[in-house]
Formats: sequence, C-alpha cells, structure tokens
Amino acid sequence: MKSLCFYFQVHQPYRVKKYRVFDIGNDPEYFNDRGESNLNNRTIAEKVARKSYIPATRLILELLKRHPEMRVSYSFSGIALEQLERYAPEALDLFKRVVETGQAEVLAETYYHSLAFFYSVPEFERQVTKHRELIRKLFGVWPRVFRNTELSYRNDLAAWADSAGYAGIISEGWDPILGWRSPNYVYRPVGTRTIRLLMKNYKLSDDVAFRFSSREWAEWPLTAGKYGQWLAEADGDTVNLFMDYETFGEHQWEDTGIFDFLEQLPQEIAKNPGIIFRTPSEVIASYEPKDEVDIPSVLTWADTDRDLTAWTGNAMQKAAIENIYALEDGVHLANDAKLMEDWRKLQTSDHFYYMCTKWSNDGDVHAYFSPYESPYEAYIAYMNALSDLRLRLDKRQPQKGVLQT
Amino acid sequence: MFGWEFPPFHSGGLGVACLGLTRALSKLGTEVIFVMPKKLDITSPHTKIVFADGGINMRAVNVALSPYVTSTSYLRGRPKNGIYGADLMSEVMRYTSMGSVIAREENFDVIYAHDWLSFGAGIEAKHASGKPLIAHVHATEFDRCGGANSINEDVYAIERAGMEEADVVITVSELTKNIIVTKYGIPEGKICVVYNGIDESTMPSAGKGLPRLRKLKAAGFKLVLFLGRVTLQKGPDYFIRAAKKVLEYDPKIFFILSGSGDMEQGVMELAARLGIADRVFFTGHLEGADKHEVYSVADLFVMPSVSEPFGIAPLEAMKLGTPVLISKQSGVSEVVNHALKVDFWDVDEMANKILSVTGYPGLAETLSKNAKNEAHRLTWNVAAQKVDGIVNTLMRAV
Repeated sequence: MKSLCFYFQVHQPYRVKKYRVFDIGNDPEYFNDRGESNLNNRTIAEKVARKSYIPATRLILELLKRHPEMRVSYSFSGIALEQLERYAPEALDLFKRVVETGQAEVLAETYYHSLAFFYSVPEFERQVTKHRELIRKLFGVWPRVFRNTELSYRNDLAAWADSAGYAGIISEGWDPILGWRSPNYVYRPVGTRTIRLLMKNYKLSDDVAFRFSSREWAEWPLTAGKYGQWLAEADGDTVNLFMDYETFGEHQWEDTGIFDFLEQLPQEIAKNPGIIFRTPSEVIASYEPKDEVDIPSVLTWADTDRDLTAWTGNAMQKAAIENIYALEDGVHLANDAKLMEDWRKLQTSDHFYYMCTKWSNDGDVHAYFSPYESPYEAYIAYMNALSDLRLRLDKRQPQKGVLQT
Repeated sequence: MFGWEFPPFHSGGLGVACLGLTRALSKLGTEVIFVMPKKLDITSPHTKIVFADGGINMRAVNVALSPYVTSTSYLRGRPKNGIYGADLMSEVMRYTSMGSVIAREENFDVIYAHDWLSFGAGIEAKHASGKPLIAHVHATEFDRCGGANSINEDVYAIERAGMEEADVVITVSELTKNIIVTKYGIPEGKICVVYNGIDESTMPSAGKGLPRLRKLKAAGFKLVLFLGRVTLQKGPDYFIRAAKKVLEYDPKIFFILSGSGDMEQGVMELAARLGIADRVFFTGHLEGADKHEVYSVADLFVMPSVSEPFGIAPLEAMKLGTPVLISKQSGVSEVVNHALKVDFWDVDEMANKILSVTGYPGLAETLSKNAKNEAHRLTWNVAAQKVDGIVNTLMRAV
C-alpha cells in the first residue's frame, strides 16, 4: 500500500511598516501599517483568508466528511494563528473544525517562523515551546512531527528533534542529497535513535503549487484525473506533497480551477486501490526506514539553490540577522514582554527574504513576491525598526555607573 | 547623423550618448557620417572637415551651438566674427539651412538627428534627399524647464515639427515617450524606447584628483555627491534641503555639489540660509580624473532630478561601485534595479535613504556590489542593436 501525505504550510509574517530614520526613538510600533499598501498586516490577513484560507478549508472540511479515508496535515506559524484570531476568526474556526475531524494532523514549528535554530538553540527551543502551547490551546493536540521554517534542515536539527521526543521530521527531497534514492520512502537521519525523516516530493508538489496554471507547461491543464494517475505511477512507499496553503486561491487563483482540482482529487485517488491517504505520523508508523540520510549543511525548500542564501546571501541579510540575534541577552535582561515580542517578531524569516537580491541580478525583480518596492527598502525599514528596538533596550538597562561606583 | 561633440569637449549626457551610440553602431557595421556643430576658426561655413575615429566619418560644421545652449548663454559665447547668427534662433535657422547642403554632398540611407537643435537640419536633409528621418529625443523642452510652465514656444514648435516629420521617434525612456504622446500629440506607434547605456569608452578616466576628499574620508566622514548641471531640471535645491535634514541626525557627513549652471548662486545662498554652508562643497564643473575621483570617493551619489529623460551619471557612478539614490522621475530608474529610488520632492525620504546608506554598512556594500554588476550589463551595444534594427527596418521600407 502506497501512502499519499499532504502537508500545507499556513504562515503570515508581521510585515514591518515603512519605518524611517526619523521614527527611531519616537514610534515603538513596527507592524501597524494601516494604509493601502501590502504592508498592512490586517488587510493582508483578511484578503488571504477570504481568497484562500476560508474557501480552501471549507472545501477540505467537506471533503474530509465525504471521504472518511482522506487525511491532511497542517503546519501553522504562531504569528499566523495570532493574526487569524484577530483579523479572520472565521478561518481559525474552520481550521479547528478540520482538526476536530481526527483526519488532520498538526505539525510542530517555531512560533515566530524563524531561523533561530541556526543562530541560538535556546531561543529556538523557547519558540518551539511557545508554539506547542498555542497549538494545544487552540486545537487540543500535541504535535509529534517537527518541521522547521522554510523546511530548513540539518543533521543537528534532526538530532535535536530526536532527543526532544518527536516521532518525525520533514525536509526537502533534494536530488543532490538523495542521489539515486527516491524521496518516496521513510528515512533515518544520521546519528539519531528513533526519529524518522519524511522528504518532500518536490516535482509532484510543484506541479500543483507552481505549475498548475502555467500555460507554457506542456502538461497544462492539469486535471485531477491526470494527477491521480501520476500519483499512482509514482515509485516507493509514500508520496509527500508539501506546499504553501496559499496555493489554493492566492498563488493559484480561483479562476485557474484550483478548487475544482482539489475537490476532484480524493475521488480520483479512490479509483486506485493501491494508494491510501496518510498523515505524517501514520506514514512513519507504517514503514521501516529504507536508509540513513546525511545532511551536514543546511537544506531548505527555496529556489534552485535549496540553501539559506535566499535569507542570508547578501551583506544586508547577514547584517540584519546577526544584529537581531546579538540582542538576545539584552532582551532577556530587560524583562519587558512587549520588547521581547517585538524582538521575536523581527526574527521571522520573511523579513530577510524580502532583502534578497539574488534574483534581481537576472533583471527579473518580480520573480518573487515582496511587499516592498525593493530589497533595499525592506532592509532600510527593518534596520530602522531594529535601531529603535535597541534604543528601547538601552533605556531598560540599569543605569551604568550606579553599580560601578 | 546630426549629433553633438564628444567628451571631453562637452561632457553633458548628450555628447556621451552620441559617442557611445555612434561607436557601438559602427562596431555593428553601420557606417556613420557624423555631423557636429563646432565653432571653427575659419570663415567658410561649408568647409568639410573630416576627422577619423574608427568607422565614423566626422564632419564638423561651423555653427555656434552646443547641446545645453540657452538664449543668454548663446549671446555670451558667440564669437563676433560675422558668421554666426545674431541670436540663438537665427543660429538654429542657419544650421537648419545647412541640412540640405550637407544632404546633397553626402551619400547615406537614413538621417538621424539628436534633439531639437539639430531637428531642423534633419528635416531639411529629409526634404532634400527623400531619405527617412529618425528623431532621437534625449530631452524635451518640458524637461529642460524642470516642470515650470514657462516653456519656450519656438523650441517646442521645432521639437514638434521634428517629431512629426520623423519616420521614427526614439526616446530614451518610457517617461519621455509619455511626454511626447501627451504633450506633442505624436502617435504612440511611431515611438521606440531605446535606453542609454554605459561602457568604458564613455567613462571618465582614472587619475589623481581632489586629494582633500580622501582626507575627509580617512577622518571618518561620509561623502554624499550631487553631480550634474546646476539647473532647475536637476533638482540641486532638493539635494541641499535633504542635506539639511540629514545633518540634523548625523553631523559626520559632507555634501559635494559638482557642476555649474544658472542655479549655482541660488543653491549656495540656500545652503548658507539653512546654516549648512560649511558642510557643502561646491566644486564647480568636473571632468576626467576629477570626475572619476569624486564618483569613486563618494559614499552615495544622489540624482534628485525633477524631470530626467534618462540620466547617465548614475550609471557612471554605479559602474565605479558607488551606491546611487535616483529620483523616480528619471528614465534611468526604469532600467535600474540596484538603486535607491525616491520622489524628487520627498526630501524627508531622501534624507531617510541617505542616512540609511551612511548608517548601515550592509546597505552600501550590497548596493555597491550589485550596482557594479548591473551597470556592466547596461551597455551601448544593447542600445545600438535596437537602433540598428530600426535603421534596417526603415531601409527595407524605402
């Protein structure tokens, strides 16, 4: 029996508003844009909920009822759930109902959708704990499978998740790592005891997430029947389809037929008796690992490099990310909840992604989405906000000299 | 081709553009007879003087015109030996009438005229030869007036006649194309955008110059540069106002204003009135090694133009790895990604960006690296290929 394992990523960052040098020291609110731009977190959350989260989740809820054998899984960033709670409670309510069916698994990740693991493991652990508590509170479940921000993965992360008691961890199924091996098996990360590794089948995932509406694609239009056939023909034990949830309705608009595709898929799968829907935990429990996988340097699901260069590739990104983590000790000493929260919101990986310049070197600035006019604008707003945060931090520090004299 | 003198004799963008485009065209195998107005120490206006420069035949005509001439500057600079016109317009008319003479003397397939001063000659040449005319618009009267309402109606009329008569109008940006469609009523279909480029042949040469600036840098000061004609069109006053705002936040910055023009005095007075005269250097017009040095030494190049059809100077700075901040009201901002951009009137945002470049090293480093690469790709060869295509289409149509 071959498994079909869906995992959808639900994430929305707190975008930093256009924050100028002159605002430093005068405005401690970095995320409260109320204008017409794409930096207005409220309107973005409302729009994504309306176009994607609500219709997609309503449909999936209906499909789960119609097909009791169907399974899905989600990974929600803590800050996405926070924003939905405030700006789109209907979407959050639908997610709760999906989890209540018992046919959906919720994965573990960092609350702030950060890359903290690579900069500060103690901070990373605090964010994972905070996330777990939120998932427990909202959905009443404990996540058992871990996925890190942007699917970033390294041997030591797997070792960490192993000792933290997770049953599984997921990563990109990247050919240079796998070599002749297929991503469609359960693997054992090198140097771990019980944890299992599930790898994304990026070809079949991207057929839906990226290529679905592309008319230049030879397979366009992609029907549920054709796709179901490809899944049936796939080798191995499990096909892991991991993608952004916004694929449904936001990246692929409703008029591309993406919702019809999703609606028809379960019945197409049902025509193949050799395939069964499973959640990540169920996949892990169903198969023995085929081999050991060794990933000594960071692997992610981003662009053609599949590394961290989309977040830390240029001097701006390096400066920004190093500066934010350099404040860790000070933030803890300051003992100020709002300051701590702002510091953590500034760790979200999206901020660094918006500063990426590697694509615009090909003259194609619009290849990737950013709410800023340019990577430079993103960096300026971020660094100005960070300077203000540092100023707030300095004010909270005990007066120097008092202790020294 | 009715063009303009090459650098270093005239270092404005038009001369640079003529040189870059002509060289690149001749490399592609297009022969160019290059006609340029030049004040000559000889009395006959029809003397044919031929210079050799690669595959380009240069022909100087004895006309007292330069690309940025104004009625007053013409009267000031005109040699009084009886050949030249009594005022600017009569000199333009004199040049115009030479168009047909030159057309009869030379052998060519297509006529090419750069900007309004040579449009008249281009039209005459077309009438005399029946050959197609390309009008290349580098700037319109609306740009030169910096958005002011006082455009010169005579100039406007000549520009319009040139574009109407032309078989193809080339503009240096979409921005200029829009002006030509909306303000000159030229049908969109006959306008082609060909962006300017940059390459070694038109770059200022390296050398020793301005040692004082390096000393300031060594003392920990940051340098912010304006380089261009000091006229309303180029927005030097916005540069000074942004400097004022910047210095309120970071006093360790000097501002360099390089160039000359009719606003020089006014801009100096403005700096004094704002109390920042000691923070702004007025270098006057710079050429060659001095220009190269000032570009290289600057931490940021600012082009706050009110209306800039293209703007080659930022490309020169980028090519030398200097970060640039350019106004959104410029053609170059359409083709450049690795630059900071700002509305020319938004002095606060200009100051915000200047302070960000001087304050956050990661920004300067990333801009510098990417700008250099980008400038490397925006060559005259790309422009010449497009022009070559237009020329070939016109020749086939004949």
